[in-house]
Amino acid sequence: MIPPSFEYARPGSVEETVRVLSEGGEDAKVLAGGQSLLPLLRLRLAFPELVVDVGRVPGLAGVREEGTTLVVGAMTTHHDVVRDPLVRRHAGLLAAATAGVGDPAVRHRGTLGGSLAHADPAGDLPAVVLALDAELIAAGPGGRRAIPAREFFVDYLQSALEPDELLVEIRIPKTDGWGFHYEKFHRSAQSWAVVGVAALVRRDDGHIAEARIGLTNMGSTPLRATATEEALPGSGDTRAVARAAESAATGTRPPRDLSGSPEYREHLARVLTRRAVLAAAGTG
Amino acid sequence: MTRISVKVDGTVYQDEVEPRLLLIHYLRDRLGLTGTPIGCDTSNCGVCTVDLDGASVKSCSVLAVQADGGEVTTVEGLATDGEWTGLQRAFHERHALQCGYCTPGMLMAARDLLRENPHPTPDEVRHALEGNLCRCTGYQNIVRAVLAAAETAGQGAAT
Amino acid sequence: MSEVGTARLRKEDARLLTGQTRWTDNIDAPGLLHLAVLRSPMAHARIDRVDVSAALERPGVVAAFSGADLAPDLGSLPCAWPVTEDIVLPEHPPIAVDEVRYAGDPVAVVVARDRYTAADALEAVEVEYTPLPPVLDLEAALAEGAPLVHSDKGTNRCYDWPLRTGEDFAAVRQRAEVTLKRRYHQQRLIPNAMEPRAVVVTPVAASDEYTVYSSTQIPHILRVMLAVVTEVPEHRLRVVAPDVGGGFGSKLQVYGEEAITLAVARRLGRPVKWTESRSEGYLATHHGRGMIQDVEIAANRDGRLLGLKVDLLVDMGAYLMLVTPGIPILGAFMYPGIYKMRSYELGVTGVFTTRTPTDAYRGAGRPEATYAIERIMDELAVELGLDPVELRRRNWIRHEEFPYTTIAGLTYDSGNYEAATDKALALFDYDKLRAEQADRNQRGDTVRLGIGVSTYTEMCGLAPSRVLRDLRYAAGGWEAASVRMLPTGKVEVVTGTSPHGQGHVTCWSQIAADVLGVPFEDVQVVHGDTRAAPQGMDTYGSRSLVVGGTAVHQAATKVVDKARKVAAHLLEASERDLEFTDGVFSVKGSPDARRTIQEIAFETFTSHDLPDGVEPTINAGHLTDPDDFSYPHGTHLCAVEVDTETGQTRIRSYVAVDDVGRVINPMIVEGQVHGGLAQGIAQALYEEAVYDDEGNLVSGTMADYLVPSAPDLPEFVTERARTPATTNPLGVKGVGEAGTIASTPAVVGAVVDALRPLGVRDLRMPCTPERVWQALKEASA
Repeated sequence: MIPPSFEYARPGSVEETVRVLSEGGEDAKVLAGGQSLLPLLRLRLAFPELVVDVGRVPGLAGVREEGTTLVVGAMTTHHDVVRDPLVRRHAGLLAAATAGVGDPAVRHRGTLGGSLAHADPAGDLPAVVLALDAELIAAGPGGRRAIPAREFFVDYLQSALEPDELLVEIRIPKTDGWGFHYEKFHRSAQSWAVVGVAALVRRDDGHIAEARIGLTNMGSTPLRATATEEALPGSGDTRAVARAAESAATGTRPPRDLSGSPEYREHLARVLTRRAVLAAAGTG
Repeated sequence: MTRISVKVDGTVYQDEVEPRLLLIHYLRDRLGLTGTPIGCDTSNCGVCTVDLDGASVKSCSVLAVQADGGEVTTVEGLATDGEWTGLQRAFHERHALQCGYCTPGMLMAARDLLRENPHPTPDEVRHALEGNLCRCTGYQNIVRAVLAAAETAGQGAAT
Repeated sequence: MSEVGTARLRKEDARLLTGQTRWTDNIDAPGLLHLAVLRSPMAHARIDRVDVSAALERPGVVAAFSGADLAPDLGSLPCAWPVTEDIVLPEHPPIAVDEVRYAGDPVAVVVARDRYTAADALEAVEVEYTPLPPVLDLEAALAEGAPLVHSDKGTNRCYDWPLRTGEDFAAVRQRAEVTLKRRYHQQRLIPNAMEPRAVVVTPVAASDEYTVYSSTQIPHILRVMLAVVTEVPEHRLRVVAPDVGGGFGSKLQVYGEEAITLAVARRLGRPVKWTESRSEGYLATHHGRGMIQDVEIAANRDGRLLGLKVDLLVDMGAYLMLVTPGIPILGAFMYPGIYKMRSYELGVTGVFTTRTPTDAYRGAGRPEATYAIERIMDELAVELGLDPVELRRRNWIRHEEFPYTTIAGLTYDSGNYEAATDKALALFDYDKLRAEQADRNQRGDTVRLGIGVSTYTEMCGLAPSRVLRDLRYAAGGWEAASVRMLPTGKVEVVTGTSPHGQGHVTCWSQIAADVLGVPFEDVQVVHGDTRAAPQGMDTYGSRSLVVGGTAVHQAATKVVDKARKVAAHLLEASERDLEFTDGVFSVKGSPDARRTIQEIAFETFTSHDLPDGVEPTINAGHLTDPDDFSYPHGTHLCAVEVDTETGQTRIRSYVAVDDVGRVINPMIVEGQVHGGLAQGIAQALYEEAVYDDEGNLVSGTMADYLVPSAPDLPEFVTERARTPATTNPLGVKGVGEAGTIASTPAVVGAVVDALRPLGVRDLRMPCTPERVWQALKEASA
């Protein structure tokens, strides 16, 4: 199918982008890699009047370190995230989960910032940055502000970004020494996660000292499996982890769609959380 | 209308295009490069895969304006002076195509794989092609062909 | 020298590998206009008003028509297989006029200078509907007082088609020691040929002549039918199937868009193109399968089958398309499979629903039949405590019993089920897998192993025209070929089959090269254009090689016979004294007296020295109308691992041993099997056209309808058993559908086998993880 008509802007800086977005208001849409937006346009599920292509804005792609924080530019492609040595060393969970996003061609174009701003709870990366306790940096008319991942995902396909804000970078506290695993369950290689579980585990003396768990597609936003996170510390064996994972679906409101009912998703969340935690702890 | 300049299969084109024009339609309808087909509207099928600035992309999910200043290689630009690439030869020799509609995309996706991973395992080949659907072959001969091309390339031939 | 049996690389590949293709959408013409179709967003509604005037005002829009506007130019779309005398045959306007009957039914078209403008203009067409109740449930649709799809017909029952053979089933059931009854659901499938459909019509307005390019499997049938539907005289219509990117039955059709595009091009006197998008095709291109099967089997305790009773409720969808009602009839004779029994009863009921029409999809009736018999054989084996392979052994036709007339009345000419099965069991390592399965069961492993078996057969090679007459099919089953020897000795084979990926050009070259004794490279095959290949019945139902390949063989043989006369004259010998080997006529006993057939071709071209009364040509044509079907068969074995925690199934190994008779090109045969397996497995595990309660297609894009990609499928082990067919001179049986027909029950059987120790008795297709999980939950409750 064919996208509807729109005006097009290709700003050359963050400031210009913000200005163009301000002028465009609610009817403007940011185009990053386009891997979420273009299918929506082609199916005529979105009708922006203005598409703001940030593909040529300098300085938005790339990865750097700032002390204990890893900074990933919003326009860094999935392909580059997966291969970046800094990401692999300091945010292995992000690299591992990104390797399963879309397919190679989609990963060449799609960006970390784009998939977070799209705020699709079925996407893999929102739950990952939630588990990583990342901060998302938005540039707006009044300058920059940091939005904690916990506050960034507001509702289904809705982020905390204002219409005149651009997501510019993702700041991730380094997780050196943490075990990690992203457990994606999908019906076919191409299909979206029915449920995904992003697990980070810090071990101490053979026991789990701390765990952070993000859930994909278990509600209208990505969620943390808080009850399980609280139950895990002190777990030293498979059975203890399994017990803790029993509460993984607590507080979730999973959707009903072609790939699963809410009940099935709750069940999957428990099974996959156990598997993800065990894998992250190196005992799975 | 937006003015763009794109190099496709070695030729530079300059055109005024609507911003919404998809790269695949620019190639097919404006440039007459119909070697790259189109097969879906959700970027699942991958038949429209081309190379943009050294990386495989689905040309149905890229606007022509996004390719401005870029360099595109399509299936029509693979062979040089009528000499097929190793992948084209391997697809022929291993019967990796039947109706051939997915073939341009498969070739471009496989080429991308071998550039990054010259010695893939069968499993890596399958995963690298997961964004490309084929309804005829059951994929088995495509996987075989990619592995064969990798092996031949390891012996010095171009892919 | 023998070309036949050689894994010749394909002649078709060169242009496909280099992008020098001719897909219908690639075709351009001066002044080409683009047509877009506005479709009903509702499953069932009355059309109160269609207003295209706002669309017409858009810049670049050349024309726009409602169904009423085009109605004078368009007749009803044809159904060529009215299976019973009293079948309900509704009108099927290519564009709806008064009522829409499925989501996707066309209501208006716009024609514009480019495809973008046409797509935009659709949004300016105003349509007002009054919703009518959808008809979705096959059983409820037949109930008294149910809402009607076609209110003028007074019923949703399209037809009843009964078949009873052998002893009375009720009596057999009475004395049977074991009877089992099962209900199986064949979900709707979307064929998903990779190339979406497209049509281009180029007119010569002054003389009312048209060339129709269409992504079709059936250019010849399409030409006849378009002439009927549009009243363009047949001799002024030329239909071309250019490169066609797969069909699988979905392009065995006469589609509304083909007639509409022709009618619009005729009205406007300009070339017009229509190309569907994938999600549009999901609504507008016919679906496959879609039936409820009630199956009852009667047997003795020793496993000996006594009888089979099958009742089918078949979803026709909203209209009868080209062969919609006939699809279950193609399966009707296959329910008894390869097994001997005394009684068989079948009842087929076609039901109208407010969904996209169904029609042929790879296998067409036969996968459904094979699924039913193979699945209930598994159940019977469990009931009797027999190994499923052993139960099959006790009932199948032994190889020394061929030819064998089955309870359904078909005469299987050849086969060797023992040989295929033994080979498959050995390749599969059956006993070892059974041991592992027992071990996992005993350990209570969360990942269970299951083994499925399918000893299928099918009927191929449509078909003897007289049989088709008896089945009330409107056309014949012959196929045409002609062989032309060109002056330089090169050969043109003209075939009436219309390939779309199968490799006819390569295989027909092999057949002709062998008969004529000319190099494979010297043969060209012409197809898919009613002007260049004027006669044909086209490609479907695994018929092309069996019928069309035979026609090539026979035509080439005639060429040799004609050349022999000329050779005898030139060599001054009698025909009886000539030998013909590897393309050379020679006189017995004097090896220097020789002429190649290619030389004879040139001599015929000059005609300077031909015998008296001989036509100056050695070209020949042949129409083959087979005496009987062919019956490929085989044994497929599938091992799956099922994760009982998530419900996910992984195919661990798959062995297919197929007996497709003599093989022309083993490489192509293997490819056909691979692709067939992928589609059969897809039905078992992945694919389903899902509708909501309002009759909207929910699995409406490729993101929701799961066509498997490379990581979803295993590496297949394929082998062959070889029993030549006796019903054609080539000994071939057909291979296009075998993999699809065989694999679905093998996979589902394996999944059920894995879960049976946990109390699961059956699963609906596709066996999704959630269905598996649900079944396990219910079993443990």
